[in-house]
Amino acid sequence: MDLTYIWNSLTYFQAEIALSIVFVLLLLLDLFFKKTKYLLPIVSVIGFAVVGYFIFSTPTSDALIFGTRENPNLGMVVVDNFALFFKIIILLSTTFTVLFSISSKEIVGSGEFHGEYYVLLAGMTLGMFIMVSTVDLLLMYLAIEMVSISSYILAGFTRKVSRSSEASLKYIIFGAVASGTMLYGISILYGIAGSTNIYAINAILSYGNVSTLTMVFAGLLIITGLGFKISMAPFHFWTPDVYEGAPITITGLLSVASKAAGFAILIRFLKISFVDVTATNFQSSSWVIFDFFDWTEIIAILSVLTMTLGNLAALWQDNLKRMLAYSSIAHAGYMLMGVVIIDNNGLIAVLIYFFIYLFMNLGAFFVLMLISDKIGSEEMDDFNGLGYKAPLLCVSFTIFLISLTGIPPTAGFIGKLYLFSALIQTNWIWLAVVGVINSVISLYYYVRVVRNMFLKESSTGEVQIPLSWLNVALVIILLAPTLILGIYFQPLVEYAQKSVMILGF
Amino acid sequence: MLQVGLYHFLVLSGLLFSLGIFAVLTRKNAILVLMGIELILNSANINFIAFAKYGNFGFSGQMVALFVIILAAAEAAVALAIVLNIYKNFNTVHVDEIDGLKD
Repeated sequence: MDLTYIWNSLTYFQAEIALSIVFVLLLLLDLFFKKTKYLLPIVSVIGFAVVGYFIFSTPTSDALIFGTRENPNLGMVVVDNFALFFKIIILLSTTFTVLFSISSKEIVGSGEFHGEYYVLLAGMTLGMFIMVSTVDLLLMYLAIEMVSISSYILAGFTRKVSRSSEASLKYIIFGAVASGTMLYGISILYGIAGSTNIYAINAILSYGNVSTLTMVFAGLLIITGLGFKISMAPFHFWTPDVYEGAPITITGLLSVASKAAGFAILIRFLKISFVDVTATNFQSSSWVIFDFFDWTEIIAILSVLTMTLGNLAALWQDNLKRMLAYSSIAHAGYMLMGVVIIDNNGLIAVLIYFFIYLFMNLGAFFVLMLISDKIGSEEMDDFNGLGYKAPLLCVSFTIFLISLTGIPPTAGFIGKLYLFSALIQTNWIWLAVVGVINSVISLYYYVRVVRNMFLKESSTGEVQIPLSWLNVALVIILLAPTLILGIYFQPLVEYAQKSVMILGF
Repeated sequence: MLQVGLYHFLVLSGLLFSLGIFAVLTRKNAILVLMGIELILNSANINFIAFAKYGNFGFSGQMVALFVIILAAAEAAVALAIVLNIYKNFNTVHVDEIDGLKD
């Protein structure tokens, strides 16, 4: 392995390098300008914009980068369109989170350590960038830990608030056990294949001659760890507690960016390691490496469990933050349906859904943050009659919730439409039916909020929610795609079709 | 004389892993739970090194184990800071007494 090879590989790593520089810069600025309030968020937004430029300017390579010269096929990182799409989602949601934080009472009020928040956000973004593009189990584990450790701290960032510190304790205990379990699975897979590279693992598995029981055991352990990150049932129990306790900006970030990274890594792992490359006909049945053990069935059952548990538990939540937490579990279940059909149509549906979910979910959390910062509560009953006191916020909240339900003409409908049609094309009728039933169930708890805001008499007195121009602009920026993508979605679909190319498939 | 082979290491790591999970599930004290997590991570390390040695996979297993040791240290540092903060807020480190968030 010589230096020129590494040097050449760096061309494909520009975005990550830029992000590392932003990270260090923020750390230094935080050291010297402790008193300033707006410097760090502004620097992070500018830095993220630069990173965004590099994401687009980096050529999509056909080779793996950071491989060795003797073995060029065994690099650790890929730059393909699939990774690019998820990087855009992650960067957008992190940028929104930084902008939200400027007006968040919880973050700004946390005092002198307020600068570290932005440093940790940049570090977490770097981890997620590596997560979506890695093809090596070791780097996968390292990237997941990088994201997790930052998010453990961020979840408990408001140290003096007891529910926030409780959230971070629960998060780190569950998270560490899940990633430890995953590591044990990785070690067994390493023992079977003799390599941590998933292309090499796929090659070894294609020969056959692998003990099924061991393989299934290792696969399940790894899926435990990845399932934890995307809050898949039965590993979802941390989600409501952590999402409720964490500062609301972080809740939004965890529910979109870190879930996106988890999905990217899950799809890449399943698609590369367990799919038979030699199969010409690439339908859902082509996970033929274990023809006697059906991974699709397992993922299908897990997705049904995830969305049903999420939706049913959301029905009797009175805390809106907790309700949105359960709703995000349910959305993970919907997107898992796309993972079941591992072919291109299913993955296109997942990508479209994620892009739309980014705007509607962040929008819902942002409006909730603005309101709850003012009225000091997230309880459903305190939202009674709020629709007439803060019309802009409540109307946009209503639109975000309707979009989360998936009712036309909002973007959420398009996301669901593509998911269900992909399911029906591949004859997963029963799964599509369960998905539709779940959407209907979810209507109840989303509309309950709308009813409280507009149809119930207010119990409290006058509430004034003053909005800065930044907040209004952010709400409109989030609202616009939620509405426009519901009517004019062709560009997104075309972009998703382009982005579904995973290297080697 | 008994030859120590791959199986012995695998049994040892399996035992450690199970003990780790057992500790996480049964211990009430957050520090002891963290010790269980360390057991889980190190059982995986034993696997990596044993497979690398007996499977002739080169040094890749040892390399993974090194990374895992470093990460375990980082994670323990953050976890202990969080536990310290919990103690300041709740005056206890018993995980089942910390139940402000629930349905």
